[in-house]
Amino acid sequence: MADEIKIGVYVCHCGVNIAGVINTTEVMEFAKTLPHVALAKEYKFMCSDNGQDLIKQDIKDGLINRVVVAACSPRMHEPTFRRTVSSVGMNQFLFAQANIREHASWVNMKDPEGATRIAKDHLRMQVAKVAQLEPLETQVVQVTPASLIIGGGIAGMNAALDLADQGFDVYLVEKEPTIGGHMAQLDKTFPTMDCSACILTPKMVDVNQHPKIHLMAYSEVEDVEGYVGNFTVTVRKKSKYVDSEKCTSCGECIENCPVTAPNEFDLGLAKRKAVYIPFPQAVPGVPTIDMDSCIKCGICADKSVCEPEAIDYEMKDELVEIEVGTIIVATGYDPYDPTEMKEYAFEKYDNVITGMQMERLLSSYGPTLGKPVRPSDGTAPHTLAWLQCVGSRNFRPGMHNYCSRVCCMYAMKQARQYKEKHPDAKIYIFYMDIRAFGKGYEEFYEIASREYGITFVRGRLAEVYESPDDKSIIIRGEDTLMQTPIELKVDMLVLSVGVEARPDSDKIAQLLTIQKSDDGFFLEAHPKLRPVDTLTAGIYVAGVAQGPKDIPDAVAQAKGAASGAAILMAKGEVEIEPYYSVVDAAKCSGCKACQSQCPFGAIGFDEQANIATINIAKCKGCGTCAATCPCQAISQNHFKEPQMVAIINGVLKDGGLY
Amino acid sequence: MAKTDEKTEGNYKPKPLEKWEPFILGIFCNWCTYAGADQAGTSRMQRPANLRVMRVMCSGRVEPQWVMEALKQGADGVLISGCHIGDCHYVEGNFKTARRMPLLIKMLEQLGIHKDRVKFQFVSASEGAELTEIVDEFVADLKKIGPGPFNKKFKK
Ligand SMILES: Cc1cc2nc3c(=O)[nH]c(=O)nc-3n(C[C@H](O)[C@H](O)[C@H](O)COP(=O)(O)OP(=O)(O)OC[C@H]3O[C@@H](n4cnc5c(N)ncnc54)[C@H](O)[C@@H]3O)c2cc1C
Ligand code: FES
Repeated sequence: MADEIKIGVYVCHCGVNIAGVINTTEVMEFAKTLPHVALAKEYKFMCSDNGQDLIKQDIKDGLINRVVVAACSPRMHEPTFRRTVSSVGMNQFLFAQANIREHASWVNMKDPEGATRIAKDHLRMQVAKVAQLEPLETQVVQVTPASLIIGGGIAGMNAALDLADQGFDVYLVEKEPTIGGHMAQLDKTFPTMDCSACILTPKMVDVNQHPKIHLMAYSEVEDVEGYVGNFTVTVRKKSKYVDSEKCTSCGECIENCPVTAPNEFDLGLAKRKAVYIPFPQAVPGVPTIDMDSCIKCGICADKSVCEPEAIDYEMKDELVEIEVGTIIVATGYDPYDPTEMKEYAFEKYDNVITGMQMERLLSSYGPTLGKPVRPSDGTAPHTLAWLQCVGSRNFRPGMHNYCSRVCCMYAMKQARQYKEKHPDAKIYIFYMDIRAFGKGYEEFYEIASREYGITFVRGRLAEVYESPDDKSIIIRGEDTLMQTPIELKVDMLVLSVGVEARPDSDKIAQLLTIQKSDDGFFLEAHPKLRPVDTLTAGIYVAGVAQGPKDIPDAVAQAKGAASGAAILMAKGEVEIEPYYSVVDAAKCSGCKACQSQCPFGAIGFDEQANIATINIAKCKGCGTCAATCPCQAISQNHFKEPQMVAIINGVLKDGGLY
Repeated sequence: MAKTDEKTEGNYKPKPLEKWEPFILGIFCNWCTYAGADQAGTSRMQRPANLRVMRVMCSGRVEPQWVMEALKQGADGVLISGCHIGDCHYVEGNFKTARRMPLLIKMLEQLGIHKDRVKFQFVSASEGAELTEIVDEFVADLKKIGPGPFNKKFKK
């Protein structure tokens, strides 16, 4: 009989990952007792070629027409096995996977009996389900050959250039008035000590001039709708109060502005005007008026100052809608704010600064033109100390547990730079352990201690206070290698602050329906095999937005993300799972209860027939409407009522546990 | 690893469970809790062997009838779990279920079913540790309450 349900069950050992705990033979024998099961087999690695061939052969021989594989998580290999079965003509939606690794053997490693019981139950749940499944066809949708990149730091810029060079349109949305990100604030970069601006600014110019890159600086993503291949994005172009079309970037307005405000770019170490560009090489070079400090005196708007009449105090924000097929999130990080670590008295004492502030002091276009001085009196410090792991690797509540991965290296970099300028300076670095893991990093560390004579002291500081006479900093701690208490008077203390997720990352996660990991950074789909994909198809992540990393890693990841997006766009179409809901016209009473449940506006209403209708292009397949319908007239493909109830009945038959 | 000489040939004979252990049916959304449960596995976080997991795309899909069906068929507890509010892959499916579940629990209570038998919890894709804790607690709670009212094998 052609319609007879014949299920093939395959139990995977996954080497010892499953078979080391679970009695796979028992599971296989158990499978043979289940309804509709035609055959059951076990094999070392079902995902290997040989494992997949087992399944293919049985299908080709006509022995089975539905398949259950008991193995790892379906989130790992469901696509693999779906391809396997469809390659020999079986409908891929007649396949089901029982998770006996992540949800059984790996969480019950010391309870083989319990794990085996779970494995049998998970298996029979899927066997019961697969018997009820219906063949489905995937939907094929077109992919718009354009990409949205959120964040114009080194990661976002690299991804933008890679995609644009391949011919795709790129919308690069940057919330600040300039692109460049934190790399623009750095002076030199470890381990090669190339000047940050020298390698960054040409890229910024390339981005601005590329015909395929639509740079939207001083803009934010307001709304995202749609799905892989077809996102509609609303971008808010914040008003700069300076017309970019008319402005010639002559700088007269800045020159004449009478108001000053702290410059965010220099972390409060210098001032800027109310009309400003963050730093000389900013791209785009059009000034922005900061309306919070502007007094609207009208000087800059005067024709004698701004000849092209580009200043417009009445300018409004603009909302722009764009269509893209893929999205890359490259929103980067914020340096950790050490204010809450009271023991380091960052806010209290002038001569305690952060690593990022030191970066600005060392920069030739920074507030001191590259000659670091003490904020208290403007003199060059002679004795300096760096304190590592500020805000990182700390298990106190509210602190970050992770290693920020850049602070050891940047502290050594800054110390070396200072030594180059002041060879007789005395420099200490207080550390927990030095993490110099990248290419050329260990060598960099070696040179710092051997050739530069920087003193490395293993130990955290316990206390920091100011010497009343000259505002020097007295630090107390322990040298844990020598096991002696240590007290030092230094002219300046630099807190090597780590990096943390942006405060608006929750908002971004919600807009894009992507996830964050415990550390607050965006979560990748798989830590090893899919490190730049998010769990939402068509959305990728790059740079520090995904987790702490240095520039080489941020760039590498950006190239990966660009490649992921390009693959999708080059193919031009993508298959999506047909998990949309369908309405049974005969059962629908026309109550419209479902309509209010759908966040995507996918449910319409046929007034004439008095029934709900579903626009499958808009339906994302959550099934909430199906759960709501009082008449059970709506069902969600692949998650239909009888299919789900079969799982429950299947596992609880005979009272559950064996 | 199962040794060859231990292999049971031919018909399988189930070994009955001697002592009652709470049977918990978990209904997890694909994007957060199921992923979180995978993460618990990848990180080898150990938990008692009382949880069976069923996957839906979104916790919004969970029908109150399923919970009743599971209890009627003898489950001792049901754990429904999805993304945190604001994190739902489909914007607000979890919100719908978060509103539905308290009503269901109230109704079950009127039918004489202990309110602690049905739990609704938010677990994100990175909260394997939280999930493990939730299961630990749930098992302990159920052990206090005893077998479900419709558990065919083990009576209270
Ligand atoms: C003190 C210090 C020194 C360092 N020194 C070095 C070094 O010498 N060598 C090295 O390799 N690494 C160094 N690093 C690390 C380096 O800064 C990072 O690896 C690099 O800047 C990461 O780039 P990114 O593009 O991922 O993030 P970012 O540079 O943070 O860029 C992110 C961009 O996204 C924008 N953005 C954020 N949110 C939004 C939003 N919602 N919408 C639109 N745009 C948004 C931001 O404005 C920014 O322009 C250092 C780090 C610190 C803290
Ligand atoms: S997808 Fe997790 S609750 Fe909706």
